[in-house]
Amino acid sequence: MAITVSRPKLNWSERLYLPAILGGMAITFGHLKNMLLGRTKVTMQYPEQKWDSQMPDHYRGAPALVKDEGGRVRCVACQLCEFICPPRAIRIVPGEIPLGERFAKVEKYPEKFDIDMIRCIYCGMCEEVCPEQAIFLRKDYAITGYTRAEMVHDKEKLIEIGGVMHGLVLKWNEKK
Amino acid sequence: MPNDSQPQLVNVQIDDVWHQFPKGTRLIEACEQAGSYVPRYCYHKKLSSPGNCRMCLIEMGMPKMGPDRKPILGPDGKPEINWMPRPQISCATDVSEGLGVRTISPLVEECRRGVMEFLLINHPLDCPICDQAGECRLQEFSVEYGRQDSRFLEHKVKKPKNVVLGPRVTLDDERCILCSRCIRFCKEIAHDDVLGFVDRGSHTTLTAHPGKRLENNYSLNTVDICPVGALTSSDFRFKMRVWFLKETNSFCTSCATGCNTIIGTREDVIYRQTPRENDAVNSTWMCDYGRLNFAYLERDRRLLEPMVRTENKLQPATWPHAIASAATQLKPYVGWQTAILASGRMTNEELWLAGRLAESLGVTLIDIVPRTGEADDILLSADRNPNTNGARLLRLASGSGTVLQQIKEAVWSGQIQALITLGENPLRCGITPEYLARLPVYVVLDLLANDATAQASVVLPSLGFAEKRGSMINGKGRLQRLNRAVRGPGEARDDWEILRDLVQAISGGNSESHARSGRLDTIEDVFRQMSEAVPEFAGLTLSRISDLGVQVLNGDGKPGNSAPEKMREREPEKQPQ
Ligand code: SF4
Ligand code: SF4
Ligand code: SF4
Ligand code: SF4
Ligand code: FES
Repeated sequence: MAITVSRPKLNWSERLYLPAILGGMAITFGHLKNMLLGRTKVTMQYPEQKWDSQMPDHYRGAPALVKDEGGRVRCVACQLCEFICPPRAIRIVPGEIPLGERFAKVEKYPEKFDIDMIRCIYCGMCEEVCPEQAIFLRKDYAITGYTRAEMVHDKEKLIEIGGVMHGLVLKWNEKK
Repeated sequence: MPNDSQPQLVNVQIDDVWHQFPKGTRLIEACEQAGSYVPRYCYHKKLSSPGNCRMCLIEMGMPKMGPDRKPILGPDGKPEINWMPRPQISCATDVSEGLGVRTISPLVEECRRGVMEFLLINHPLDCPICDQAGECRLQEFSVEYGRQDSRFLEHKVKKPKNVVLGPRVTLDDERCILCSRCIRFCKEIAHDDVLGFVDRGSHTTLTAHPGKRLENNYSLNTVDICPVGALTSSDFRFKMRVWFLKETNSFCTSCATGCNTIIGTREDVIYRQTPRENDAVNSTWMCDYGRLNFAYLERDRRLLEPMVRTENKLQPATWPHAIASAATQLKPYVGWQTAILASGRMTNEELWLAGRLAESLGVTLIDIVPRTGEADDILLSADRNPNTNGARLLRLASGSGTVLQQIKEAVWSGQIQALITLGENPLRCGITPEYLARLPVYVVLDLLANDATAQASVVLPSLGFAEKRGSMINGKGRLQRLNRAVRGPGEARDDWEILRDLVQAISGGNSESHARSGRLDTIEDVFRQMSEAVPEFAGLTLSRISDLGVQVLNGDGKPGNSAPEKMREREPEKQPQ
């Protein structure tokens, strides 16, 4: 059912408009005064200037695969992040680590790991669900590309963004 | 033993409610039927019960007996129960008159928590890399009865990992919870006693007997029944997590047994086939040969587009062009100049339309190519065609192979000018490339390219068993339905649609059957048309065939529909308590 909203009734001073104009001018001159006194904030000239140094630790930028101190890419291709990711941005092809390789004890690794950054909504669910502390949202936020294909981060790119993380649980040690 | 037709019923109290069960029912099954599922690891209803995991502990009691050896009745007129002070296992006891059971009580829950804690003491933190995760009983029950943390401070016992037990099974001993299901399966069902435990206590390890391998044709069933991820299928290992798999009920088309299956797929890729319980067909098992026989659907030599021979070369064509070309090439020949080689791998609907195709061309030389192998006395049948019975019922199979011989000779002598092969390679019945070279017209409907398709005049690419719907009749006369699990590749089309279009192109859409039963828009219409002509299918529709199938012929494939004998199963051994 349509609801009729009645227009407000203006009294004579409001119909004059002058008080409102003067109120607006007061704000404008207030800003002018603050600027002259150097008390105002100014626009940051991105991308020449960046605020990276002030970024908080909990900032959620691009998800990436991290290595631990031992140089192992920590992901074991459990595909939980692929399952949880709300926009289904993640695609993993699991593989088996051949016997005799350095990390053969872990048995499983991601042969392919793609995150479609056009789909990713930076929600952080992948980081939260990962049982291996392998995927983290880093501080990279300027994710650009000329084609859709460029916007898909493959395993190499993810490892490059991820870098090395210290202080994680080293579960696949000798005693496991 | 009670008479089978009238099993004696006994009264059992489960969680304060009285139920009736036939005598001989296993207590753990009775509880499940009453809606109180008792967690279990070692018990499997098709195997003997050793009672070694202790997960199924419950509280049990017998009726209180008065001095006159009669049960004392409570105020509700039911016997009063004398509860035993200690818990009992429910998997090795049968129900008896007046038995009382508590599946939910502080004592029972405490027992389950205790068993879980002990099982997890030496269990590795493998879930992220373990194929069983998502369908693991240990995970499931530890959600219900597990602890958040571990009180075990010592080092876990190390056991062998990644042990190749046989060509198709890989074992991770650290994950094994020593339930012995796999050992019992090998002994009791596969009759190949190869597995056993060595060492004692926490060091007990599952292994194959020295010099033996788990390589029998039923080895992958051990992977299915292993409640944890200790036994894994080398084929499926690390391929896909189970929670991504879409499950489609189907059946195996690798032999006439037709074991019921679940096809696990993700985005049109088949990852695995597992058996589905059907006591009239396969119990809960299937053979490895049938289980792994699906890779051919994704082969490189799959036919992906229709082709027509122009200027002596097979050229890709559109579907309407290919069908029209096949029809115009076939039409000039009279019935005795044409032969059809059908297949026992076709569904009833396709065979029915093949029959209509033969009618419209006046063909009498039509047969299926027999396919045989060695049978075992478990499931695998000597007849490797899944639908020989359907072809016989629809009168497309001679059975003796004489028609095949006739076709072969007539091709050589030049009497046959046009040959149609439906899902069958003529090279299999001795019609070699030299024979094919004599044919002016050779129409092929098939899945895979081979030496014969290279010589075709028209190639019509069709679908495999997991890509289509349809029904077949297994060796014991049971009508079962295939369901579509994945979409076909490329431009391949459903076989029945190709055959329908071909029949219509040849008879101009005015054939007698067309007039009789109207349009064939869906495969349901084909089944309906068939059921009007075949008394065995009367009253059925394709959708009405249950997931467990319908008996339409006798166990020996003859008319009638008495259920066949069940798969030979060993009576589970009773263990003394
Ligand atoms: S941050 Fe969210 S949307 Fe992006 S990949 Fe992770 S789970 Fe998916
Ligand atoms: S959840 Fe972690 S370990 Fe699992 S696939 Fe994703 S990144 Fe890899
Ligand atoms: S067997 Fe079950 S509990 Fe053990 S690692 Fe595998 S999924 Fe996890
Ligand atoms: S391998 Fe599996 S089925 Fe065999 S004893 Fe161990 S847990 Fe049981
Ligand atoms: S199920 Fe293992 S003891 Fe009963």
